Amino acid sequence: MNRAGKQILFTLALLALPILAHAAKIGDISETSWTEQAIDFFSFQQPIIRTALIGTLLIGFCCGILGSFLVVRKLSLLGDTLSHAVLPGVAMGFLWNASKDPWAIFVGATAAGILGVALVGWIKQTTHLKEDSAMGMVLAGFYGVGICMTTVIQNLAMGNKSGLDKFFFGQAAALSSGDIRLLGIISLITVVVILLFYKEFLVISFDIGFAQALGMPVKILHYALMALLTFAVVVSLQAVGVVLVSALLITPAAAAFLLTDRMHWMLVLAAVFGMLSGAIGAFVSYLSNNLPTGPFIVLGATSIFLLALLFGPRHGLLPKILRRRKQRKRIALENTLKAVFHLNENSQFTKRAFEAGKLATERNASLHETEAEIRNLVKAGMALRLDTANGTKMSGKAQFELTKPGWYRACEIVRNHRLWELYLTNAAQYQTDHVHDDAEDTEHHLGEDIVLRIEARLKNPIHDPHGKLIPNRDAIKP
Amino acid sequence: MQSSSTTQTNSKSAAPLEVHDLTVAYTKRPVLYGIDLKVPKGSIVGVVGPNGAGKSTLIKAIMGLLPVSSGWIKVFGKPFKKAVTRIGYVPQRESVDWDFPVNALDVVLMGRYGRLGPFKRPSKADKEIAMSCLEKVKMTSYATRQISNLSGGQQQRVFLARALAQESDLYLMDEPFVGVDATTEAAIIEILRELQAQGKTLIVVHHDLTTAPEYFDRILLLNMRVVAYGKTADVFTFENLQNAYGGRLSILSEVALSRARKKFDGDTRDNVG
Repeated sequence: MNRAGKQILFTLALLALPILAHAAKIGDISETSWTEQAIDFFSFQQPIIRTALIGTLLIGFCCGILGSFLVVRKLSLLGDTLSHAVLPGVAMGFLWNASKDPWAIFVGATAAGILGVALVGWIKQTTHLKEDSAMGMVLAGFYGVGICMTTVIQNLAMGNKSGLDKFFFGQAAALSSGDIRLLGIISLITVVVILLFYKEFLVISFDIGFAQALGMPVKILHYALMALLTFAVVVSLQAVGVVLVSALLITPAAAAFLLTDRMHWMLVLAAVFGMLSGAIGAFVSYLSNNLPTGPFIVLGATSIFLLALLFGPRHGLLPKILRRRKQRKRIALENTLKAVFHLNENSQFTKRAFEAGKLATERNASLHETEAEIRNLVKAGMALRLDTANGTKMSGKAQFELTKPGWYRACEIVRNHRLWELYLTNAAQYQTDHVHDDAEDTEHHLGEDIVLRIEARLKNPIHDPHGKLIPNRDAIKP
Repeated sequence: MQSSSTTQTNSKSAAPLEVHDLTVAYTKRPVLYGIDLKVPKGSIVGVVGPNGAGKSTLIKAIMGLLPVSSGWIKVFGKPFKKAVTRIGYVPQRESVDWDFPVNALDVVLMGRYGRLGPFKRPSKADKEIAMSCLEKVKMTSYATRQISNLSGGQQQRVFLARALAQESDLYLMDEPFVGVDATTEAAIIEILRELQAQGKTLIVVHHDLTTAPEYFDRILLLNMRVVAYGKTADVFTFENLQNAYGGRLSILSEVALSRARKKFDGDTRDNVG
């Protein structure tokens, strides 16, 4: 275990610093270098590579699709429960004929998985414990029993027991052609069942009461999904391992959920992400001897999830930050315009051109900051600099004036502000001294239709609650 | 699964809904006792009663979503399972996860699934029907919106559109007016009236006593048992409400009563149809 852990760390370092790692690796673990292994992998010449890759692709495919249903039904913990509950069954299947016969293990593991899920249901129904507690107990209980059994088996003097430890962290290279056949069958069943009953699975996942009202056999559909899920978990164990198979169910589906708002696209994306993760895991674990596949598959899936989290166009963090920054910029621009309007108003609308220093005082900002603001206005076509030295540093005396679009926008913002203040005091019964701060924010977010409705509601008012004129776009012109 | 032509023969005579001596229990504690109910065709029945009176339980029992301890329920003279396609259902809005990755049109299309039967995908005609149902609830422009981006009232309208897409004869609606804005409430009630005019039968769970007499022409006052059932004018009396609500009859319900009285003492024909 410790050795495996070191190897994982080692390989991570190896990925980060290929050259260094290459030097450190000579004569350490393997005879061949990682580059040779990588070239070897991508040549797909060796049957063992082909088997491992096909296996992990199929596993990623099945787990991605079925895991999507877990994620949207808020049953993620069920995947975890299922994958841990199968371990005693794996041990039993192994004991059956003291070898890694895929079918014996498949039968044992499926039975244990179904028993575990049934037990969760039974605890939930007969006690007033909630589902999550039931799952937590079954997960740990079955896993404990499984570990005891596998430990005993490994201490027994039996012939071929080498394969058993692979069930903990998975080893794609340990997949036999029999395993692949089994995986192929399960994948085929999954695709056929989901395609045939997609609309049924969609309804029972979204609104089980409505599905029942439509006369759908919801119980049968639910158990069918659970059975497929159990099969998928069991056939994945070899390559991914008991501990991490639930991550392969959840993570690709979660990444897909962040990227799309439609269920069918979520299924497609989750399947693709699952396959990608599987391929990454198979590849990395091939780079060196004795590397487990499961952790790398999960690392692959987690990286995909992180990418979706950061860069997803709608829900991603980076686009969100960019959108927010764009909005902040717009608000800053509008605040500058508003300040220019105030300068204008203070001059009784007699002046058009103002000094940068005056604006700085009005904005309560440094000359440096104000200079940047004016430059932004000029860039947006909302102001003109009246001094000729366009590129050079502005002095406090440098003059500028608003262009027509700039002036209109300024009037609009002030109008929004004052209308909103008036609406809050007159229609929403705010005190007049409570409304300014709220209007400072709301003025930037009022759409044209809302403004029109407020105007109608207030019967086209002229003055705000503080007695100031509400700019009327037709009346006030530069 | 059942086509409408085969059901026509006995549906002409059979009431849309008949409930006889129905008792429903959650883990042996009865929630509904000996319910008797017969709903005539073309009526809008409001199911009214205090919290915990078993209003939603009754709807769920009719839909076959809950096991029945005793008694029977017949929909158009048949057990629920044989009349599935003739029943439309609007569940409570909170009963689903609105973050689910579907858009408004997807949800409305689900209303067609009962008619499609297994293995079949919704056809172009189904999509057109779904779109026209969205249009009826004035939600056409939101068809491709993910459902979490809709307001509470809009979500409720999508649920209503889904039930419309079922093209049923009996509609069961569980609190369709909860948490909706005034516009939506008006839009919903307009659709209910339209359905009634088409000869459909509606059973609506409702919690607002003040609007109940205005919306429904029959009222079922429920408190674990049938307190009173019949024409609104007959049922909506102080004694009945007192019976249903026990000591909890508040000023609010008294106001409701006085409003109802005003309505019934005046010209009732105004409000029907």
